Amino acid sequence: MAGIPHDHYEPKPGFQTWLHNRLPVVSLLYDTLMLPTPKNLNWMWIWGIVLTFCLALQIVTGIVLAMHYTPNVDLAFASVEHIMRDVNGGVMLRYLHANGASLFFFAVYCHIFRSLYYGSYKSPREVTWVIGMIIYFLMIATAFMGYVLPWGQMSFWGATVITGLFGAIPGVGTALQEWLLGGFAVGNATLNRFFSLHYLLPFVIAGLVGVHIWAFHTTGNNNPTGVEVRRTSKAEVEADTVPFWPYYVVKDLFALAVIMMIFFAIVGFMPNYLGDPDNYIQANPLATPAHIVPEWYLLPFYAILRTFDNTVWVVQLVQFLTFGIVDSKLFGVIAMVGAILAMALAPWLDTSSVRSGRYRPMFKAWFAVLVIDFVVLMWCGSQVPSAFTGWVGLIASTYWFAYFLVILPLLGVLEKPLLQPASIEADFKSHYADPAE
Amino acid sequence: MFRKIAISAVSALTLMSGSAWAAEGTAQITNVDFSFQGPFGKFDEHQLQRGLQVYTEVCSACHGLKFLRIGALAEPGGPNLPEEQVKAYAKTITVTDAVTGEDRPATPADHFPANLAAGAPDLSVMAKARKGFSGPYGLGTNQLFKGMGGPEYIYSMLTGFTGETKEIAGVTLYENHAFPGGWMAMMNESLVADQVTYADGTEASLENEAEDVSAFLMWAAEPKMMTRKESGLKGVLLMGLLSVLLYLTNKRLWSKVKGKKLAH
Repeated sequence: MAGIPHDHYEPKPGFQTWLHNRLPVVSLLYDTLMLPTPKNLNWMWIWGIVLTFCLALQIVTGIVLAMHYTPNVDLAFASVEHIMRDVNGGVMLRYLHANGASLFFFAVYCHIFRSLYYGSYKSPREVTWVIGMIIYFLMIATAFMGYVLPWGQMSFWGATVITGLFGAIPGVGTALQEWLLGGFAVGNATLNRFFSLHYLLPFVIAGLVGVHIWAFHTTGNNNPTGVEVRRTSKAEVEADTVPFWPYYVVKDLFALAVIMMIFFAIVGFMPNYLGDPDNYIQANPLATPAHIVPEWYLLPFYAILRTFDNTVWVVQLVQFLTFGIVDSKLFGVIAMVGAILAMALAPWLDTSSVRSGRYRPMFKAWFAVLVIDFVVLMWCGSQVPSAFTGWVGLIASTYWFAYFLVILPLLGVLEKPLLQPASIEADFKSHYADPAE
Repeated sequence: MFRKIAISAVSALTLMSGSAWAAEGTAQITNVDFSFQGPFGKFDEHQLQRGLQVYTEVCSACHGLKFLRIGALAEPGGPNLPEEQVKAYAKTITVTDAVTGEDRPATPADHFPANLAAGAPDLSVMAKARKGFSGPYGLGTNQLFKGMGGPEYIYSMLTGFTGETKEIAGVTLYENHAFPGGWMAMMNESLVADQVTYADGTEASLENEAEDVSAFLMWAAEPKMMTRKESGLKGVLLMGLLSVLLYLTNKRLWSKVKGKKLAH
């Protein structure tokens, strides 16, 4: 692979050379595992491994669950109960899969906010970032469709609300919505295609994860200083980095073991805490639940969707200017998708030449507010709409957009960054004593 | 700084997620200390047997348990009845044979019958389909420490009738402080004291009957709860051990690269 100079795989004469000349797979594995990795990575760099593990866990448990599940509106709920009662290990399989989704999203949010703080999205890692955002978007779609499969009340009504969003698109909306649903309302055809897509998308994600890793193996990892690994000589590279194997493999596995300990406690002792009790009631198209809410990990963007109703003056103005084509419903949909899009465009919106937030005093404060803002949005999404949550949601949504569209571009101009270390080695030496001493 | 933010975000998240299903209205849920609460809590098989009696003699008149296999009554981690007793119990239930379409006495392989006669909801997963008290301000802390509270809800509902009735469009509704909205179709005095006679001499007060049948319905909603907790505990212990080993490996591995942290 291109990028940081390092030792490459040298096949020994005999079988190794024979195979290498025909398929250099060992060389690929060697280069992937021996990648020179900045030696100053902190504990926020463990989430990649956690995410890879989550994807594998979801695929493995999901494949076995699919062997026992029936995607039919009359049988789906019963087949989930069959898994919980009669399938060997079915209780653990299902709870691992359901809570695995929560772990997956918890890890992806840590991963995303780490990138936002340390400027991992900046040149030359824009492609890695954009692919990551596509993966995140596909994760949302996959999780949403997976939540429909048990065919509980929240499954059905969540699907009704979210597919209804497509109906907001002017002109083609209704046709598009019916095409997605396979009918006029959420029904058997919808359940079948959601099952099919829920099975397909994880493999698309797996492919994109490969590209994501390929991209950052080309540019090299970012690190907490945001200062690039020096590449002029191998000696300099060795002073800035350690090989991924064994140093980071062991470190990441340690972190993963600790996280799995907490995860097993949740799955074993409180597996329904993160779920909604209403989803243990079989879907009933004739009874709307009092309060339709998505799972916790989708709440922030659900809050943005709900905030922009027709009492907000911006919405009224846009509705007036577009002769009613962009009504409050469409505005909400655009805002929700735009919130993720704005984040995806961060590499081009951030004008600062300094990568890591560590050396950006003003940025630090605005970033801290963004993290709080995210939690506030999550709270808003969970609440029964009221005048108060409406106001909080509006302020929090506005800040989300303002951070990416106004604050990031302005900070690069207004802020006076602190002095960055000359190299990773210099920073490392200022923090840690020489191990030989 | 990142660490501080992460910690506060995590703790806020844990608190917040509970509020996603913060109870609407002001349903009054009584807290009951069930034996099966917490990581090490276990079902009390005698209580489950008494609860089965209450279900059979009272609830089953209107409600069904269609997802529960009768044979599960003999499985460990539940009421743990002897096989013979379960067979005898099954014979007292009439089911419609799926193949012949004729009514016959049930066997342990059959499920409890569904009961649609009175339009009452099925109770198979009722204990997981309702929540108890979620904590002050709907923060979900109560559920975090004591579980979702479905059995508490059932207990509170059974003991929460006030005796008031009202009629809406020809349907009589009964006032109940545990029910969201306060008025429900289930009848006043559906369960009263001394409605069953316990063989083990336990006093058949309304509170005891309600508690027993709530525990039974929790087991009916999740017959594998004990195996689940065991698997969870094994997972936690195994991962704990692995964490210690990997921590030591990691420390030793990095000692060649990383010296002592310098004070600033």
